[in-house]
Order: sequence, then structure tokens, then C-alpha cells
Amino acid sequence: MTEYYKSEDLDKFGDVAKHSPELFKKFIDWYTSALEPGKLTKREKVLIGVGVAHVIQCPYCIDAYTKSCLEEGMSLEHITEAVHVASAIRGGASLIHTLQAHNAVDRNSL
Amino acid sequence: MKFSEKVISVKKEPLTALESKILQVNLGYICNMSCKHCHVSGGPTQTQSMDSETAERVLRAVVDNPFETLDLTGGAPELNPSFRMLVTEARKAGRNVIARTNLTIFFEKTMEDVGEFYRDQRVELVATLPYYLEDSVDRVRGSGTYKKSIEVLKRLNNLGYGMGSPDLPLSLVYNPQGMFLAPPQNILEIEYKRELHERFGISFTHLYTILNMPVGRFKEFLSRTNNLDKYRERLASAFNPETLDGVMCRHIVNVGWDGRLFDCDFNQALGLTASSDGPQHIDDFDYQALIGRRITVDDHCYGCTAGQGSSCGGAVT
Repeated sequence: MTEYYKSEDLDKFGDVAKHSPELFKKFIDWYTSALEPGKLTKREKVLIGVGVAHVIQCPYCIDAYTKSCLEEGMSLEHITEAVHVASAIRGGASLIHTLQAHNAVDRNSL
Repeated sequence: MKFSEKVISVKKEPLTALESKILQVNLGYICNMSCKHCHVSGGPTQTQSMDSETAERVLRAVVDNPFETLDLTGGAPELNPSFRMLVTEARKAGRNVIARTNLTIFFEKTMEDVGEFYRDQRVELVATLPYYLEDSVDRVRGSGTYKKSIEVLKRLNNLGYGMGSPDLPLSLVYNPQGMFLAPPQNILEIEYKRELHERFGISFTHLYTILNMPVGRFKEFLSRTNNLDKYRERLASAFNPETLDGVMCRHIVNVGWDGRLFDCDFNQALGLTASSDGPQHIDDFDYQALIGRRITVDDHCYGCTAGQGSSCGGAVT
């Protein structure tokens, strides 16, 4: 992690509550509930988490969800597959915007 | 909070030993491998090894008392000169024998027949395989270890181990490949069985998930990478009071290579002997005096009480 993103800051997440404790509590309650096993297992949820973490390129989330994957018995093979799924969707989302370019070309052409 | 205080806060009394059915014996730290997670820092250059006189006393202790099982560990227990005597005599006396094997020992000189020896003696095998993928295993145990382990597991299956016979159980041990907790044992067992069978046709009996203790070579790694406090905090934060009934120290007596008595193999690696209220050496062995002894605890004990718990037989909840 660069000097801007410091690993130890992840442990200070609670400091965010300082200036708005009620909103932070609502976030933590929501976050915790969303990660609880439900129709999806904890394993499935942390795999989603690691995929999303990479797509949003959050260093803290990548650290946290990689570790969660390891604690669910998964390896770099699992993590890499999940990142490919998320990245492919991210890539596809960019690629499909080519159609906007097609439309723009049509609008601006004879 | 210190582990001893944590126990008091939950149980209102210190941890004490129940009646032990298992005598666990560490035959020494000599090993053909130098795994990064080893709590006794076992390896080829170690010299600690149980002598024959001590081994004879161990045999007397297991045969003359109501132990059901002799659990042999190391290092590589097979490398101790008294190993086969202990197995053979304990089996003759009707005791179950567990051998904790690193699998690669099968490739060492004079070990060519160790698989057949195990089968003939009906020894229960508990084998180290920290994960079912090559990269993960070799990273912890050294390059080439995985391929050797797989070959030995196939050989053991051919001998009948892990194929459903209650006489020939073969269990595998998962260790986290770093400073994180173990996954749920029941879920990982299903995955191990599927992966090892699909990839190599290998079968086994049970999977035991065991946590890495901040002891020995693993502690050196944590200290070197400035992660010792962080890992200890992780273990303490995952304390699960439901593990306290099942932790192994309450159910076994551990004998070190030098004959000293301990509550578990981790205390043995740390030199924390059994309570001075009772016998502390195999020379003074007294089965009844060991029942109810106060367990010697320190903060590494959080490693056995984190999450689903961790023992020689895997998760305890």
C-alpha cells in the first residue's frame, strides 16, 4: 500500500464515527447485517466482497476481503476467479458503451 | 486481558484436567522437514530426541494406566529409534496408537517399509497436508513437498488407509498458511475430499483444522514481520467460551522428549511444565495425581479457543 493508504488505518475505521456517530452506527448495522449468512453462505458473501473490492479498487477492502477468503478456506485460485468475474463485468460495462459511441457517430454523421 | 483472567471471567474457576484417555508423546524435534508453521521448530539439524530409557517409561505409563490411546508426535516421530518398539508394544497391550506423520518421511532411507508397518500394526494416521493445492503447501513446507505427499497418500490408499475400514483411518490436518483463522472444519472437509478425489483419486477419513500457535518457528515469522501483537489480538478477539470444555489440555497428558510432563505440545515447546501440584516427569508418573490438575495457561492458549477452537483432533465446537 502507498503512503496515502496505510494498512494500519483499516483498524481505525471506527474513528469515522467521531463526527457523526448515528450515521456511522446505521452504516455498521447495515454492513454487519448484509454480511451475515442468509440465503448466501458467508463464503459466497466474502467472495462477492473480494470481487467488488477489486473493481472499486479499495486497498482496505482488498486487504480485508482477501483475509476473509483465506479464513473461509479459499486460496488465490478462488480469489483470482472471483476478481476475473468482477473485472469481466467491469470490462463489459465499459465495452458495451461502445454502442453509445456508435449512436453518437450516427447522430453526428450524414 | 490475560488468558487466565479470561477463563476465570467465563468459568469462575481455572481450567483443570479431566480424566485423560490419551497419552501424547513428543519423541523429539528431529525432522526431515523444516516447515514454516512448526511450533517445535523441528528440522534436520535439531538434536532433541527421546532416549530408550525414557521411551520404556512411557510404555509402562501407557500400559499400566487406563489410557486408551498412545499419540506419537515430533518432529518426525518415525525417526526416533524407539518409535517402532513403542508402537508394537502399545498395540500388543491393546492400546490404540496414533502417529502424526509428515508423509514425506516415507521417502527417507530406512523408511521404505513404514507404510506396511503402519498397516500391519493398525496404527491410526494423522497426516499433515496444510491445503489441497500445491502452491499453498509448498510455500509452507518447502518446494516439492506437495507432490511427495500426494504420492504417499496414494500409497496409503493402496494399503487400505482412508478407504472406509475402521481399522485403517487416515486423517489429514489443515493449517492456515499464515496469520489467519481456520475455516469451518466441516465445510473444508467436503472441499478437501472433493478436490483430492477429483485431482488424484485420493480418499481419507477426516479433516482436522488446526490453528497456528504463536509459538516456535511461526512466532519467529510473526515477530520478523511485526505481526505478533496483531495476530495475538486476532486470536483473543475470536475467543469462544464454548471451546473450553473441549480443549485438548483437559483431556490428554503430554510427555516431552526429555520425559517432562506437560498439558499440551505447545506448552511443551514453551517449556511450561504441568502443575507442580502433581508429577512433572515420567519418572514420577502418577495417573490419579494428574486428574484434576490445574492446567498451565498463558496467552498462547487463545490459539486453542479462537472461533471453532483448535486441538489435536481439530475443531472442538
